[in-house]
Amino acid sequence: MEITSYKTEMEFFVDMQRCIGCKACEMACAECETNGHESMIHVNYVERAVTIQTTVQVCMHCDDPVCAKVCPADAISKDGFGVVHSANTARCIGCSNCVMACPFGVPIKEEKYDMMMKCNMCYDRTSAGKKPMCATVCPSQALFYGTREEISRMRPNSTPVNSFVFGEQVVNTKVNIMMPKGSTQLKVH
Amino acid sequence: MHSLNRKAALIAIIVTLGCVVISFYGSRKLQNFDPALIAYLFGTLFALFGGIYRYCVWLQRPPTWMYFTRTWQMVFTGNFFVHAWFMLGDAVRNLLLQRFIYPRGNKRWLAHFLLAWGCLAAFAITIPLTLGWINFTLDPATALDPGATKLYNANFFGFKVMDFKLGSVMAFLIFHALTWCSWAVIAGAVIFLVRRLTNAGLIASQTFEGDLLPLILLIIISVTGLGLNFSYAFMKGIAYDFMSVTHAIAVILFLVWIPFGKFFHIIQRPAQIGAHIYKLEGKKRGMAVCPHTHQEFTTQLHVDDLKTVTKQVGFDFTLEDGSSHLDYSPEGKRSLLAMAHLKARQESGSFFG
Repeated sequence: MEITSYKTEMEFFVDMQRCIGCKACEMACAECETNGHESMIHVNYVERAVTIQTTVQVCMHCDDPVCAKVCPADAISKDGFGVVHSANTARCIGCSNCVMACPFGVPIKEEKYDMMMKCNMCYDRTSAGKKPMCATVCPSQALFYGTREEISRMRPNSTPVNSFVFGEQVVNTKVNIMMPKGSTQLKVH
Repeated sequence: MHSLNRKAALIAIIVTLGCVVISFYGSRKLQNFDPALIAYLFGTLFALFGGIYRYCVWLQRPPTWMYFTRTWQMVFTGNFFVHAWFMLGDAVRNLLLQRFIYPRGNKRWLAHFLLAWGCLAAFAITIPLTLGWINFTLDPATALDPGATKLYNANFFGFKVMDFKLGSVMAFLIFHALTWCSWAVIAGAVIFLVRRLTNAGLIASQTFEGDLLPLILLIIISVTGLGLNFSYAFMKGIAYDFMSVTHAIAVILFLVWIPFGKFFHIIQRPAQIGAHIYKLEGKKRGMAVCPHTHQEFTTQLHVDDLKTVTKQVGFDFTLEDGSSHLDYSPEGKRSLLAMAHLKARQESGSFFG
């Protein structure tokens, strides 16, 4: 993990309004070596009874990850690039604290392994300077991995936002969500 | 640098001193203590001190303490014997057989099983030997009779617990117990090492000191340990000193490292049983229903405890109406985020930009 070609100028940009629910990202995610070929991305209907709207969710890689703080086994760590890694397999006790505490609903408890797993931004690829699998296949660019210059050229009327308000709590993240131009935060409730 | 955790240090000192006292009297005032093992003794005592210290620091973390206290509350609430039976079964499945690893890969399970049992059996033999708790003596009656088959006594705290004939199958198995452990550890460690050197996902995320060095250390310990036996059995003692010093250095490094490195998971693993009891008992008390999906998603106890724990670690997900973001299921949370995003886009007058 020490010697990498991780490109710090590259960032992840998500625009869930562009998600068409094709699930190509789910298939691509299962190609990730660091996930052990388990798909960790979430695509779900927002409110199936009333709308066909779908949403896509990758790990937001929080600056101060609550999943790591509530882990009773010290199994989750954040590296120098700000990537919050999936649970250390030797330590995770499968308690699901991280699953239930993550404000974005990201970690998955794999019951068959009695272990938590989550998106680690395709670390096998990003640490080698490549793009995460999901971002390479998304046909509508709901998921985009590139530089700030690239995204500002592509989305001139949007602003990347990485600050989210959940009631009393503000959560800052490494991953951005594309919001209307000039936005600084996304208030969830 | 983190400041010293006084409570943990105090407990660790008391336990370590307790071990020294037990070992002093257990070895019959050092009569049964083997001075050749003095370096191992200090390594063992350091590992004990460090292990207890880190365990106590670890327990003091809010989420760990919550699980620890809840587990024991639950065990001693209601029918203790039902809980004890469950814990015993869970310990056999998860600690003795490590069955949770099997679905992750049968080769991984086999490697871990060999490695774990090789290490644990070796601990069970070498630690009491190092502390002078067990020793072997030649039975005085048979020793003096030239015509009698020599009997060997195994003593625990100076009390005879068993005897066996020299040259018997039992003697062969007992005297070579560490050899069997070494072969098991080597087999397990080599399978893991090959996996770590060939699996692209592991190559990307592992560290040398965290993942490879522990395996290399275990292999060095086992190979030099076997080498000691091989040297006096087949090589007339050639290279015995080299093997013995290399073995000692590797073992002491291993012991000193237990509290800080990968090996600490051996001490952490029983917490998994606590997590299972917590889930089981929580279900009996009632499930939480997500206000968005209207589906059960975890126990209400889990949600309530997480509200407390998140506040203890510096997060407050309380909403304006007094409810909490933590009342929502993972799917509910993802949907809420998407709905908030849609609303922001709608208010801006354009869905895309």
